[in-house]
Amino acid sequence: MASEHQLTTGLNAGDRLRLGLASRTLEGRNKILAFWFFLGGESVLFASLFATFLVLRHQTANGPTPHELFGLGLVFILTFLLITSSLTSIFAVNAMERTDRKKTAAWLGVTILLGLGFLLLQIYEFAHYAHEGLGFKTSAFASSFYTLVGFHGFHVAFGLCWLTAVTVQVVRNGVTTVNAPKVFIATLYWHFVDVVWMFIFTVVYLMSLL
Amino acid sequence: MKKFFNELLGKGDYRFMRRRALVVLMTALILVVLTGCQQEYKMSILDTAGTVAEVQKSLIWLSIYIMSFVVTVVTVILIYVLIRYRRKPGDDTPPKQVEGSTLLEVVWVLVPIILLAILAVPTVTTTFSLEKVQAGDNILNVKVTGAQFWWQFEYPDYGIVTAQELHIPTGTKVNLELETRDVLHSFWIPRLSGKTDLISGRTNFMWLEATEPGTYIGKCAELCGDGHGVMDFLVVAQEPADFEQWVANMKNPQTEPTSALSEQGQQVFAQSCASCHAVAGTDFAGTAGPDLTGFGNRQKVAGFWDQTDENMAKWIKDPASMKPGSLMPAVPLADEEIEALVAYLKDLK
Amino acid sequence: MAKKLEEVVTPSTPALRSGSKKGVWGWIYEWLTTVDHKRIGMIYMTIGIVYLAVGGIQALMMRAQLASPDNELFTGNFFNQLMTMHGTNMIFFAAMPLLFGLFNYIVPLQIGARDVAFPFMNALSVWLTFFGALLFNICWFFGDAPAAGWFAYAPLGLKTYSPGPGMDFYVLGLQIAGFGTLMGAINFIVTILNMRAPGMTLMRMPLFTWTAFISSVLVLFAFPPLTIGLFLYMFERIFGGIFFDAALGGNPILWQHLFWIFGHPEVYIVIVPAFGMVSEIVATFSNKRVFGYPTMVVAIVLIGFIGMGVWIHHLFTVGLGGMINAIFAVATMLVGIPTGIKVFNWLFTMWGGKIKFTTPMLFAIGFIPTFVIAGVTGVMLAAAPADYQFQDSYFVIAHFHYTLYGGVVFAVVGALYYWFPKFFGRMMHEGLGKWNFWTMFIGFHLTFFPMHFSGIFGMPRRVYTYNPGVGLELYNVLSTIGAYLMGVSVVLLVINILYGLTKGPKAANDPWGTGRTLEWAIPSPVPEYNFAQTPYVRGLDAWFIEKTEGKGKLQAAEPLGPIHMPSPSILPFIMAFGMFIAGLSIIYHQFFFTIIGLGIWAICMVVRSMNDDEGYHIPVEKIRSIEGEGA
Repeated sequence: MASEHQLTTGLNAGDRLRLGLASRTLEGRNKILAFWFFLGGESVLFASLFATFLVLRHQTANGPTPHELFGLGLVFILTFLLITSSLTSIFAVNAMERTDRKKTAAWLGVTILLGLGFLLLQIYEFAHYAHEGLGFKTSAFASSFYTLVGFHGFHVAFGLCWLTAVTVQVVRNGVTTVNAPKVFIATLYWHFVDVVWMFIFTVVYLMSLL
Repeated sequence: MKKFFNELLGKGDYRFMRRRALVVLMTALILVVLTGCQQEYKMSILDTAGTVAEVQKSLIWLSIYIMSFVVTVVTVILIYVLIRYRRKPGDDTPPKQVEGSTLLEVVWVLVPIILLAILAVPTVTTTFSLEKVQAGDNILNVKVTGAQFWWQFEYPDYGIVTAQELHIPTGTKVNLELETRDVLHSFWIPRLSGKTDLISGRTNFMWLEATEPGTYIGKCAELCGDGHGVMDFLVVAQEPADFEQWVANMKNPQTEPTSALSEQGQQVFAQSCASCHAVAGTDFAGTAGPDLTGFGNRQKVAGFWDQTDENMAKWIKDPASMKPGSLMPAVPLADEEIEALVAYLKDLK
Repeated sequence: MAKKLEEVVTPSTPALRSGSKKGVWGWIYEWLTTVDHKRIGMIYMTIGIVYLAVGGIQALMMRAQLASPDNELFTGNFFNQLMTMHGTNMIFFAAMPLLFGLFNYIVPLQIGARDVAFPFMNALSVWLTFFGALLFNICWFFGDAPAAGWFAYAPLGLKTYSPGPGMDFYVLGLQIAGFGTLMGAINFIVTILNMRAPGMTLMRMPLFTWTAFISSVLVLFAFPPLTIGLFLYMFERIFGGIFFDAALGGNPILWQHLFWIFGHPEVYIVIVPAFGMVSEIVATFSNKRVFGYPTMVVAIVLIGFIGMGVWIHHLFTVGLGGMINAIFAVATMLVGIPTGIKVFNWLFTMWGGKIKFTTPMLFAIGFIPTFVIAGVTGVMLAAAPADYQFQDSYFVIAHFHYTLYGGVVFAVVGALYYWFPKFFGRMMHEGLGKWNFWTMFIGFHLTFFPMHFSGIFGMPRRVYTYNPGVGLELYNVLSTIGAYLMGVSVVLLVINILYGLTKGPKAANDPWGTGRTLEWAIPSPVPEYNFAQTPYVRGLDAWFIEKTEGKGKLQAAEPLGPIHMPSPSILPFIMAFGMFIAGLSIIYHQFFFTIIGLGIWAICMVVRSMNDDEGYHIPVEKIRSIEGEGA
């Protein structure tokens, strides 16, 4: 909780000048540190999903195989959307550091739109595969593919809701020491989601096709 | 009464009580430890009758010696410390606050490392030596199939199949191929060898070699459902000549009924049992349940209970009442039909 | 004179008394909305003791069945259900909550903090644990309990071989509780890293706090594979996904890996804090600082690190090959080295000390040889070829009960006796405590030492009966007698807790006299705000330093001022309840209600995000009145 009575442990004036807006309060520093550790746990989570996929990816039963299904064109578009949205989220953080309410909200908005584009395209992709005969229960490959990529998609959807909530708060209250950590962490989460996509792109799509 | 409870709860002179309690405790503990030293155990991993179990036993004894040494050292130091450094009543001044001793800490890092190395080296070498598929002239191959809750054994070299009772010749290395029909099981004959799991979708391998003739109890050692606790099998190790005779008999088993009752049993069998059970030398070729060739020679019913008329009848009447979860149905049969069946089964030799 | 309910349940201990709200419902509402780490700690510990009893009864039922090979009390599927419920309850709903409860209460006190980093999330953690445990255990009322063992191997636990809903209760109950555990771990990590009082460097932290830290890091890295494994299990059972069923192209060993990558670190998660408790108790009651503190810290870190990399020793008999088995055999043995360091350091803490045989000290002393036996049987099991004989036998049961009961439970019970006066401002009964110890110690060894022999003499585990006439009867009878003696000891513990709450002699801030760490500097029971002024820490064993070299009270690091506290909230309870609804509805394929349950969660998250908690202040006059003179 931010409070003038709270000891800012270990912070001197020099620290306070040097640190970003999100790190000025104990609450902000706690949240950021907690989030880095959370991302550590999430990394192990996705590692387990990747391991599952790698073990099961050749079990295609009588269903469609990756070769028959995956189109790199679509995947490139998805990747482009997500990387760009990561970039725009960085612009949002920069605006936040300048306490520019309008620009922060605007860049967050662009990020959300790009992310939404990714999500809708991914939903289309899944519907297309289902139409081609790859149901969730079709094969072990199918189950592990949908679970891994679906978990990522869920993380994207959750991130979009989160970014929206944060954007609303920035619009309403401006950029404050209470809001700033939220912007920082939400975008950090977004970068993580992007990094996981990089791995999915490589391990699931590229490795299956090459 | 109050005085008794006060004493119990420590308000009296409990030092005497404590000494008494300590003596009782030590005696109890020694007795408990000593219980391990008596009796004859029929499926002890330390009472080995096979070469693989022998290797494992020597590793186990080595570990027991090393670890007993560790436990003794710690216990001696602990008892010494508790007696020598007990607080004298009323003495509340802090003793000298010692930070540590590098020398001591180095000692109790190095000594455990050495002890572990002594154990680790034979661990590694035996791990590798035990995993080798046995090759050479005198090898017997057996295919083991586990199911809920019984065991099938096939001898591809001889073209025979049996169930629940595995016969092997002594002094011969036996390669075992392990597969399961349903869930995970584990194949364990404590006196002959450590276990290997039966994994769905996978073929595992192990080998063993009996050194003495005898009957050895085998256990399922991976939870497989309701009947896991009674999914036993037997291993009968025989002199090679006796084993050859057993094989010959299995290739040409006795299948003719020897009495009217037994003949009736054969008819009941054809009607009620043949859909699941096979008997070599007859037309009965069901594969859902255990092969019953030579059943009359087997020592157990359903792997776990002694082969008596009573147990056989009870099993046929209601298998699940003896082996929970058994997939063998309780076929509705009259008591005389069951009696006939028992007679027929005893004729399968 | 009829007593009001609140007078009965909140006896003369102010720690349990209602703050401001009147009546029983007010008292309940206070506990449902608390974000105070001390109260959350007590809720956790209550959950732990309840499920210790539930799991204990399940054990006593099994032991009754196993007393004779002719018994038919509990056989087949029902026995397997008892066995599964016992193991799962004990690890997830007894051990973990007890430990998290102790972390919650004690760690902020030991580092001089006013609360954990995220009080709201702390409340969320405990209620998720509560509802996860509840969901798991109500399976009986729905007619089917899981029966595939606490490690739920596939394909036995999959739909084909476990068609009833029991396994689904297992999956969802653990999943929900697991979320709470993960959140709790992050909370403790950040609290310990960011909220230590000035002057408390990492190498001046009490050992219990160190172990809380390492244990939490292990949770963070070990629980996600279980989370994924449980999701896959749920997808397979409920939605027909194919992951573990070999018949359809899945891989049963994949589950084993996912489970044990969690499962092995899990046992280090529970034993490492036990080490911390033993260190605290041994130092306090030897009146001497811990021998070799820096090495103790390094040892904890090493144990945690090694613990993450040895899970294959649970798969020695799966047939992964000699190379893998050999590597993991040696890796597993290595953990004996840092553990040995700790044991000898405890012995040499006592060496040269002035040992006081209080009840907590008895438990700590009882822990030492018991855990050494546990550790050495562990090394015996690590030798892979030996493990081919021991695996899935009663020898393994002996080993892990020596570590989990002789290790974790002994330490936790000792810690309960040790910190009870701090929680409640009253002592437990010393004489009854000694009876508690001896019945527990003797009962424990009588139960589990013979199991080494049962295993050696061929008895597999998870069996409802055994071969008569092969020498197993004696050991099983001894184990059963011992088990019931252990039951008696737990009853004595509960009686002693109730005695302490109602009649225990009042305790001051440092009731044992030889407290060394910061929690003994503040009043018993602990005031709402913990420290009137955040202390300045001058070294390791900060309170001992002030007692011996200072003025007998803590130096303040800030002036006395109004103290800012977080506001209570009903949202965590509601959110956890939403998860409960979601879990139960998934089991019965009522996905409409799943959406409702998850929706409750989501709405509460948004509400929480939008409303920044201003908290409230405790005024200086109130602080002064609580602290008495000298504040």
